[in-house]
Amino acid sequence: MSEFPLLRVRHLSTDFLLPADKRIARALEDVSFDVHPGETVGLVGESGCGKTTALLSILRLLPANARISGQVFFKGVDLMALSEKSMRDYRWRELAIVFQGAMNALNPVMRVGEQIREAITLHGLLPPDQAETRVGELLEMVGIPKERGSQYPFQYSGGMRQRAMIAMALACSPSILFADEPTTALDVMVQAQVLELLNDIQQRLGLAIVLVTHDLGVVAEMCDTVVVMYGGMVAENGLVDDIFNNPQHPYTQKLLESFPDLARPTESLASIPGAPPRLIEIPPGCRFEPRCHVRIEKCKTESPPLVQVGETHLAACHLLKR
Amino acid sequence: MSESWLLFKRNLSDFWRVFRRNRMGMTGAVLVLVAVLVAVFAPLLSPYDPATVIRDEAGRGLTFAPPSVHTPLGTDDAGRDVWTQLVYGARISLMVGFLAGFIAMFVGSLLGILAGYFGGWIDNLLMRITDVLLVIPDLPLMLVLVATLRQMELKVSPLAVLILVIGLLYWTSTARLVRSQVLSIKERQFVARARAIGAGHIHIIRKHILPQIMPLIVANTVLILSTAILIESGLAFLGLGDPTQPSWGTMLNFAFDRNAISNGAWWFYLPPGLAIVWVSLGCVLLGNVLEEMLNPRLTGHHLEGEARVQPAPLESAGQASGEAAHV
Repeated sequence: MSEFPLLRVRHLSTDFLLPADKRIARALEDVSFDVHPGETVGLVGESGCGKTTALLSILRLLPANARISGQVFFKGVDLMALSEKSMRDYRWRELAIVFQGAMNALNPVMRVGEQIREAITLHGLLPPDQAETRVGELLEMVGIPKERGSQYPFQYSGGMRQRAMIAMALACSPSILFADEPTTALDVMVQAQVLELLNDIQQRLGLAIVLVTHDLGVVAEMCDTVVVMYGGMVAENGLVDDIFNNPQHPYTQKLLESFPDLARPTESLASIPGAPPRLIEIPPGCRFEPRCHVRIEKCKTESPPLVQVGETHLAACHLLKR
Repeated sequence: MSESWLLFKRNLSDFWRVFRRNRMGMTGAVLVLVAVLVAVFAPLLSPYDPATVIRDEAGRGLTFAPPSVHTPLGTDDAGRDVWTQLVYGARISLMVGFLAGFIAMFVGSLLGILAGYFGGWIDNLLMRITDVLLVIPDLPLMLVLVATLRQMELKVSPLAVLILVIGLLYWTSTARLVRSQVLSIKERQFVARARAIGAGHIHIIRKHILPQIMPLIVANTVLILSTAILIESGLAFLGLGDPTQPSWGTMLNFAFDRNAISNGAWWFYLPPGLAIVWVSLGCVLLGNVLEEMLNPRLTGHHLEGEARVQPAPLESAGQASGEAAHV
């Protein structure tokens, strides 16, 4: 992996104060990972394990009842310590995001081209006449004829809207693109197109991508490193080869088993019994303990730390030796 | 709602084509338009000045004279032409109503957006003020305020006092309406996206929230106008208008004070009353239709009504049975 990490997430924890009963939901706890320039990091895990919350915490886009602690260093600057106003300059300029179900992220009463231009002019990057040309270029880059920039989102198909969102994300040439499940809600053909587009853009522009997904096939195809999350914590973190061929955490092992293998078709898929922990009543020990097939007594009482199991491979399980 | 607003914004002529076919809306538009034209061209519609006293050959003022060729709606207790007062009164009634209505709309929309968008203590504060104003009955409160302000002998015209009091007290329903709409819009994903591209609050409100609630504001404005005109008439009837610039309400007040009814002078009290009905009916019709057109949720479901099914031609039915026989 190349030199110095672009983004260093350190001990990121996020709590939500539930207004109804004043309880606290711990959505993220002590999440740390690195993003190096030009690499693709996959964030995987079940629904509700904190993948999206992690992205939104890094960008500080969470609602007012969220409490974030920890540090996120971007090129050495701690984003968590910035004022809201200076944070605004980093958003999109350096850190762009393609939202989950991005087709709804376009304003229905604004022309698509205008919305892309909005991102450029907001940061005062280009004078208005050049911004227009840039919008055309961006649309062409994602395979949309530039004349269609003057159309409204409802005149686009779902896949086109997704690609328009990616064009918008590239508007300010960011260093990191956060893609939150960019392919869910799209059919398989369009999924493949969008992934190919992301790959292509990454190679051309050399940006880093943080890809949130629960599709392990997408991870295997796209990512250089993988962060496996469970119940708001990092379960395992390593190179994509290590994760797929040498998974150390029991959750990762089970996750891989529950994914269909084309080489060895089976009648039924393996699944992990039980459900992820409820975030308002987190067990004191390992969060995976109730569902774990290899649990020991210690797992009930003590949360396992991340231990180094390879040069760039970390996993959090009591069974692992340092 | 937003898609029809798009149509409205993009293609006014298309909107007009649909609107023109709506009989209720057209009636309302014509009623309002006629009133506005009368107000604008008042001097052309009457040979007299509103203060002119009509006199007979002997030079005496013609009081309570019934309608005639020279005075189409007769004269009042002081011998002034009622028709002239009616057309000039339209200016005052419409001006006060429209200005007060627009102020109310502006204040209501602004506070509604602030409360809905920022939430938290701002929302709490603004909504509690709204609650207080909603609980106090409008008319008595305005009566007291106008009367008190009048007594303070401020250096503003009585009409301005009237406009400000109505405008600054009548925004509550608008504020609540706008707030609820903003609450739902700000949860939409394109607002989160706007935040993610680094947009500030003012940018988001101006570019992403306001266009979405415009249809609501437009339709509501027309409805508020009619209420503002009614309130003005009510206050003026109770003697809080400007006697030197009589509106329709002031005319009714004069007619009531000077026993027009017991004198049988129906031409004195009926025309201003009917004029008020005319304008507010027009506004209500127009407002309801606009609301309906700009908010598709209020119109019938698009699957409503019977689908037209073409009856199958007889010969094809015969063919079908023939094929069935083959099988």
